[in-house]
Amino acid sequence: MVEIDDNLLAQFHDPRLALPLVRRLQDTVIKEPLRLMHVCGTHEHALAKAGLRSLLPPHMRLVAGPGCPVCVCPAGDIDLALQACAVSKVILTTFGDMFRVPSGDTSLEVKKAEGNDIRVVYSPWDAVNLARQNPGSEVVFMAVGFETTAGPIAASLLDDPPPNFSIISSLRLVPPALRLLLDSGDGTLDGFILPGHVSTVLGRTGYLFLETEYQVPGVIAGFEPLDLLRGILGLVSQIAQGPPFRVENLYKRAVSEEGNRKARELMARIFQTTDSNWRGIGRIPRSGLLLREEYSRLDAVSKFGLKYNQEAVDVLPGCICHLVIMGEAESEDCPLFGKQCTPRRPFGPCMVSSEGTCRARYQYRTV
Amino acid sequence: MCLAIPMKVAKIDGLRAVVVSGGIEKEIRLDLLEDVRVGEYVLIHTGYAIEKLDPEEALETIDLIKQVYQAGRSGLPEEHA
Repeated sequence: MVEIDDNLLAQFHDPRLALPLVRRLQDTVIKEPLRLMHVCGTHEHALAKAGLRSLLPPHMRLVAGPGCPVCVCPAGDIDLALQACAVSKVILTTFGDMFRVPSGDTSLEVKKAEGNDIRVVYSPWDAVNLARQNPGSEVVFMAVGFETTAGPIAASLLDDPPPNFSIISSLRLVPPALRLLLDSGDGTLDGFILPGHVSTVLGRTGYLFLETEYQVPGVIAGFEPLDLLRGILGLVSQIAQGPPFRVENLYKRAVSEEGNRKARELMARIFQTTDSNWRGIGRIPRSGLLLREEYSRLDAVSKFGLKYNQEAVDVLPGCICHLVIMGEAESEDCPLFGKQCTPRRPFGPCMVSSEGTCRARYQYRTV
Repeated sequence: MCLAIPMKVAKIDGLRAVVVSGGIEKEIRLDLLEDVRVGEYVLIHTGYAIEKLDPEEALETIDLIKQVYQAGRSGLPEEHA
């Protein structure tokens, strides 16, 4: 029996094995210039950490798209959480990444410093348990994430949570964002590196619209340096060969053809899709998850009469997060990057989450 | 955000399980998967196993990469070969 141990995983970042992949990449003849996009914060983190972009030929660019759920969570959603934590006896819970994301001139971190009960949880299950342990309080969970996270959240909501538990849903779906990028773009996007862990839910078949409706190549890639190099090479090889373009799964140890059907079933039982606002992008049709009518008791927005603030400012003056999120600018193009905007004092959302593009670029920047 | 960690299933009790990796033990939920067995590898995200990992596929991927390595080896400078 093969063990997935450190010995096996170490091979996925062996520089000696990377070299021939890089050489193949450099030898592949393609049109110039080539613009590829990934849509995953974990991919950005891995790319920046291993310095893989420095290995790409100069005419080949791999830009970061809207792949960080924390970064695309609009100020209006955070404002709902800020309202909830001001309600008497509410314990607000959320993932650590959300804690410092700005909404106007405040954040959950600031509200906690002001005395509100805000707690970071690792799992939605922890938030439900907190509600069980505190029957005299109301526990509100700020639910942020893509498909990967929506599955666990759906499971925790279907596991008979107590009546003092509710959520603010800020869950979003990746395929509608890919459609928007292709529909609204200038046609210079040549292919997608598809997000490995979102793909565990969607499967390869979740992206077939890229083949049938858009004829754009896509490769599902894992997160080790060699996974990513192989993904880029797979994409470039397809482009070199020309159409018909297809969706290829190069992360087969984790992603199946059909994806995780059970996770999708649980999500569909409790959520319905809705048009959703993405920070820096705007409204994307059917890209958000809303609790179904029959589960409205779990909806903190109706439970506490929270009002959506349409005026909440998503992009502060001077910040170019909206361009970075769409892959239209690099973090380094921003005059605030590394100066007024650092992980210690983030100005825009892309610097907050550990998977924000600016944060990853800052953390692994070279001198 | 979508970070997921491969861990090995050590114990199962209904929808709860204990998984281990590098000496770390963690209690997780199995609500999203069917037929998980002790000894199998799963990807853990926010306290839930989101998918099983296939060790044979992992090995096959490495083998494919090694084939590229072997094919490219002859043309490489000595210190890299």
